[in-house]
Amino acid sequence: MTSQLSALAVRGLTKRFDRPAVDALDLTIRVGEFYALLGPNGAGKTTTLRMVAGLLRPDAGSVSILGIDALADPVAAKQIMAWVSDEPMIYDKLTPLEYLEFVAGLWGIDPRTSEQSARDLLVSLGLEPHLNERCEGFSKGMRQKVALAGALVHDPRLIILDEPLTGLDALSARHVKGLLQERVRTGCTVIMTTHILEVAERMADRIGVIAAGRLIAEGTLAELREQNGRNDTTLEDMFIALVDTEAAAA
Amino acid sequence: MNSVAHLSWFARHEFRLAWREWLAMMTGGRRRRNRAVIGLLIFAAILHLPAYAVVSRYADLRFPLDPSSLIVLTATIFLAWALMLSQAIESVTRVFYARADLDLIMSSPAKLTNIFSIRIAAIALTVSSMALLLSTPFIDVLVYLGGPRWLAGFGVVLAIGLSAAATAIAVTAFLFRRIGPSRTRLVAQIVSAVIGAGFVIALQIVAVLSYGTLSRFAFLTSDTAARIAPALDSLLWWPARASLGDLEIMMLLLAASLVLLGVVMAVFAPRFADTVASVAANPAAVTQGRARAFRPGSRQQALRRKEILLLRRDPWLLSQSLMQMLYLLPPALMLWRSFSGTSTAIVLITPVIVMAAGQLAGGLAWLTISGEDAPDLVATAPLPPSRVTRAKIEVVLIAIAVAFAPLVAALIFASPQQAAVTAIAIVIATASAAAVQLWFRAQAKRSQFRRRQTSSRIATFAEAFSSIGWAATAALALTIPGAALVSGILTLVTLAIAWKISPRQA
Repeated sequence: MTSQLSALAVRGLTKRFDRPAVDALDLTIRVGEFYALLGPNGAGKTTTLRMVAGLLRPDAGSVSILGIDALADPVAAKQIMAWVSDEPMIYDKLTPLEYLEFVAGLWGIDPRTSEQSARDLLVSLGLEPHLNERCEGFSKGMRQKVALAGALVHDPRLIILDEPLTGLDALSARHVKGLLQERVRTGCTVIMTTHILEVAERMADRIGVIAAGRLIAEGTLAELREQNGRNDTTLEDMFIALVDTEAAAA
Repeated sequence: MNSVAHLSWFARHEFRLAWREWLAMMTGGRRRRNRAVIGLLIFAAILHLPAYAVVSRYADLRFPLDPSSLIVLTATIFLAWALMLSQAIESVTRVFYARADLDLIMSSPAKLTNIFSIRIAAIALTVSSMALLLSTPFIDVLVYLGGPRWLAGFGVVLAIGLSAAATAIAVTAFLFRRIGPSRTRLVAQIVSAVIGAGFVIALQIVAVLSYGTLSRFAFLTSDTAARIAPALDSLLWWPARASLGDLEIMMLLLAASLVLLGVVMAVFAPRFADTVASVAANPAAVTQGRARAFRPGSRQQALRRKEILLLRRDPWLLSQSLMQMLYLLPPALMLWRSFSGTSTAIVLITPVIVMAAGQLAGGLAWLTISGEDAPDLVATAPLPPSRVTRAKIEVVLIAIAVAFAPLVAALIFASPQQAAVTAIAIVIATASAAAVQLWFRAQAKRSQFRRRQTSSRIATFAEAFSSIGWAATAALALTIPGAALVSGILTLVTLAIAWKISPRQA
């Protein structure tokens, strides 16, 4: 029953390239939780999330999304999930509205619902003056916002974001964070990787630290501090200490 | 570093970039330099055989020639010049829009006029080198059979390469000033696509209208052409005379081309910086007018709508479609003429149409199947990959149907049987091209279209042989049905071999 109560339950997830990228990973994320997945470069964060999103086939293990076996029934799992990568992948020759119409169509959303939702999302992300401009002239930040709007337009119950704040200015980053927190308040689950530890510290309900494909620490900020034995330390200090310890052990 | 040393250093840098870009084109981005060079040498050696077949009979030609031969030779040289111009326009456009590199150059303390002069010279030399490479087997054969006077051919190729590059720079810079940076890219792509074909097509149109044949030589070898041709001492014949071994004229042509390039460098190099800056300052915000309401439909419909919208807005497709339409103009004219006559030459229209359909379908299939700009989005969408692929293939079939249905419909009035054969062959050629793209699928950005033919040489050849094979099969089905069976089986065998060695199969 545990998997039905979890937004995401990963068991023994394994992926090897020339070396193990993800090594028998177990991870459970609760419904309505904002979860930050941290780790140094090459730790296996993106590989893990790509396997969860159905972009990469694991070598072993299971992935359950709100009780749906994502490997056995990927279409059903994808219906309730959204993926945003660090490199915004949008179509240069489409306008933001056309892009969102396409995404809503792919997810089979009623156009009467999705049109208003698309406009509201783009306006809330500050893209109102550019609704009918082709994306080819957009900056990276604007493209990232369009991609994020695309992820939210079909009202997913699980949102997976890989470095979503890369390339965003301070105001845009605040817009995005606001949108994500609003989604979490309505019961949506958000999993995000980030290298900006202040964001994880401020926004995440729980934080997972991954290194060499394995989860080396997990908990709320207070729990992580407790594990670390110091109550006044910052997340950055804890992160560096954890990663250094892991590297020394390896 | 003094200014001369600095310039030579930058020239070396330019040639290194040009060489690596060419190598990447030849190897599909994989690091196989030695194999590419060996492959090129083997290709050049093999090219001597068709070169022998084509030019060996002309080895004894000497000036003065009869008017028809002179016209054909001059027209061939002009065609080569037009093709080089087309390639040069494409190179110049690429240089203008390579912003990352240009930002670095323009932010450096180097003198921009000198830097851009070298860049212009590099374009000219790259275009000329490519032409020299391709023409070497032909000139070798002529030198071997006809004597060293044919070595003058190298000078002619260099002269037309340099002059084509100079003209391309002037044309592109002129376009920048007249229509602005955002439109220049599109117009230059269209111009470069149609410019080489335009000359041949114009000759074919004249041949169809005057002589009822698709042969481009019909007009060139006609009495009319001989009558209006200028006297033998005209400047018009200089390139032909130079290629026949007149060293003095060859040197004059080479000098004139160098002067032209020098003038272009002097005039345009100082303005290059402004032009590049205007490109950087105008990131082409294209507005689509008033947004329309979201449309209902299935997931596949959403995919098809997206693909069709992207194809409609694709500059490459626009230029290619225009070129295909230009290629189809002569057969269409012939079709129109045949309504009032009894010419059997109308059969020739079918292979032209089938070949054009196969080629266009190959490009479209790459754009829809491999050229996906948001692969993660489509892969995380809640529908099986097979339905995504099916929707994309449907788009290719729809686009081909829209482009070729009018011609097939017109054929029905001339010959219903021929129309049926043509329609079936178009469908088979399109399906074959799409199948090749599926077997050799390699995810890429649509903007990488230029490199699609180098990502897999086998796919390129399979696509070309399939188009040619189905075109020949269709033509034979109308004339020698027994031979059509053999041609069809051979084409199927080619496709089967491609499938067998494709990465999907491996």
